[in-house]
Amino acid sequence: MSVKVIKPGLLTTVQDLGRPGYFHLGIPMGGAMDRLALRAGNMLVGNDEDAAALEAVFMGPELAFEADAVVAVTGAEMPIFVDDEEQQGWTAFEIKAGQVLSFGFLKSGARAYIAISGGIDTPPALGSRSTYAIGALGGVNGRAIAAEDVLPLGQAGTSKTGATVPPELRRGPGSPAELRVLPGLYWHRITEAAQEHFFEDDWTVAPEADRMGYRFRNGRPLEFVEREQPFGAGSDPSNIVDGCYPYGSVQVPGGTEPIVLHRDAVSGGGYFMIGTVISADMDLIGQLQPHVPVKFVKVDMDTALDARHERAAQIDAMRAALR
Amino acid sequence: MKTRYSFGGDEHIFVEVDEEMSLDAFFKSLSMTNAVRDSNIEGVTEICPANASFQIKFDPDQIHPNDMLAELKKLESTAEAAEKRMTTRIIEVPVYYNDPWTHETLMRFRERHQDPDGTDLEYAARINGFDTVDQFIEAHHANPWFVSMVGFVSGLPFLYQLVERERQLQVPKYLRPRTDTPKLTVGYGGCFSCIYSVRGAGGYQMFGITPMPIFDPEQKTSYLKDFMVFFKPGDIVKWNPIDRTEYDRILKEVEAGTYEPKIAEVEFDLDAFNKDIEGTNAKLKEALNVG
Repeated sequence: MSVKVIKPGLLTTVQDLGRPGYFHLGIPMGGAMDRLALRAGNMLVGNDEDAAALEAVFMGPELAFEADAVVAVTGAEMPIFVDDEEQQGWTAFEIKAGQVLSFGFLKSGARAYIAISGGIDTPPALGSRSTYAIGALGGVNGRAIAAEDVLPLGQAGTSKTGATVPPELRRGPGSPAELRVLPGLYWHRITEAAQEHFFEDDWTVAPEADRMGYRFRNGRPLEFVEREQPFGAGSDPSNIVDGCYPYGSVQVPGGTEPIVLHRDAVSGGGYFMIGTVISADMDLIGQLQPHVPVKFVKVDMDTALDARHERAAQIDAMRAALR
Repeated sequence: MKTRYSFGGDEHIFVEVDEEMSLDAFFKSLSMTNAVRDSNIEGVTEICPANASFQIKFDPDQIHPNDMLAELKKLESTAEAAEKRMTTRIIEVPVYYNDPWTHETLMRFRERHQDPDGTDLEYAARINGFDTVDQFIEAHHANPWFVSMVGFVSGLPFLYQLVERERQLQVPKYLRPRTDTPKLTVGYGGCFSCIYSVRGAGGYQMFGITPMPIFDPEQKTSYLKDFMVFFKPGDIVKWNPIDRTEYDRILKEVEAGTYEPKIAEVEFDLDAFNKDIEGTNAKLKEALNVG
């Protein structure tokens, strides 16, 4: 039971829900950037929600199936083909031994999740199959998939071809995408004016946007509250004594271009952070293409927790719809 | 020192023990993370100690962020009362200073450096008031270092030298980070040394390289078979300057699977250290030469 890679796409990696527990050693949890899309794909093909699938960035791979399987593609929207026949996204479809799965050009979003019945069965590293390329962990020998790779599949469960996630339960970023931020961490380091214009400005996603973090540009630079730099922090006003970075934290090196750390975050460093994107909105970042407009929206903890519960309810509704 | 608590979104609490780096702040931070671990608070998923701060990741579906915060604050006094003493290990780490590989890399990224006409070591020596690079290198390896944080990427240790603040070496990071750093580069930024565990981007000055692997995802290295990451906060390191011949010899041993780092168990007591820095360091170094 396996799938052979004919073309890998631009950057396609094996991802599951990640390997929490090693961030204190600089090994991030990793896993699908859009976790909801991964869960949905797995539900559709009868896998456990945390099974490993392929995360394809901007461009789909071409895969030859060596056995019959059920497949679902969620997340980014791109035309899906089994041989020449087009398939629907967010919907389980069958693929026969000898057939080829391929993709057309990206229409919206940034990352497509290709879930296959049985799940990708590459060897787990530290409890997860997620590819963490920086540490050469997980996936296929710790790297993105390449032409000629043979991806082993696990034991398939039961699934219904034609099952589909109701459109109202699919979630993608709007335009401009709104990312809700809870201010904190080193928020006090910038002036009141900067605290206001950070949320007023229209930002765009910079080309430097990957699994480690997303960079944003075109907003006004942030002004710092003056101080004598603490011993060990470094001379730039945006420097701190190297500390831990939360997932989703917004650091602004030099006060110019904010970076939101994502699933493959560096675990710490010497840049101040002005707050953290709330957990409910992290998936949306994984679907942002470079150059799209983004607004940061200031929220409090109650809003963050409400959003978290709404998101959990959405996943529950998806489970109920696909039962 | 004034402890500051802040939420990092709905899943993290960030605790800054002090704005500035000191051994006192490091010890208090480490004591607090130990206290969190020992108290088994429900919902805690990750405990990440840093140099003068730490971070807790928790599941807000299990414990409300405000309750989590209250639990942490309760532990502060326990941590303050904790003995600033630990049983740890000292490890001798061989360093080939001024090696050809970091030299090649630093020349490639010269336009990102404060001093495009010199080397990282020449720059660091000058701004720290040393007449020669050799004197600076001597100051870098003369006294032991504390691993005050492990992180950034894959098992990378940050190290803080066990000397008075007046004798701390301070070097700014590159003006703009490099896109490349050789694996196992011994780096320097702010008041911290580090060892780059993997090849990749970096902003720390580059002083040399060690032949001793500290991260091995395949776990083939003889002393990394149990776990792929070598360092943990609280480890003590003594740099041992080596030349090319010694570097090549150790590398061969590493490749043959026969290299074993020199390690000794030691006691470290912060109060005793503050009373007698020279004496404490002499004892630490001595431990490496016994047995």
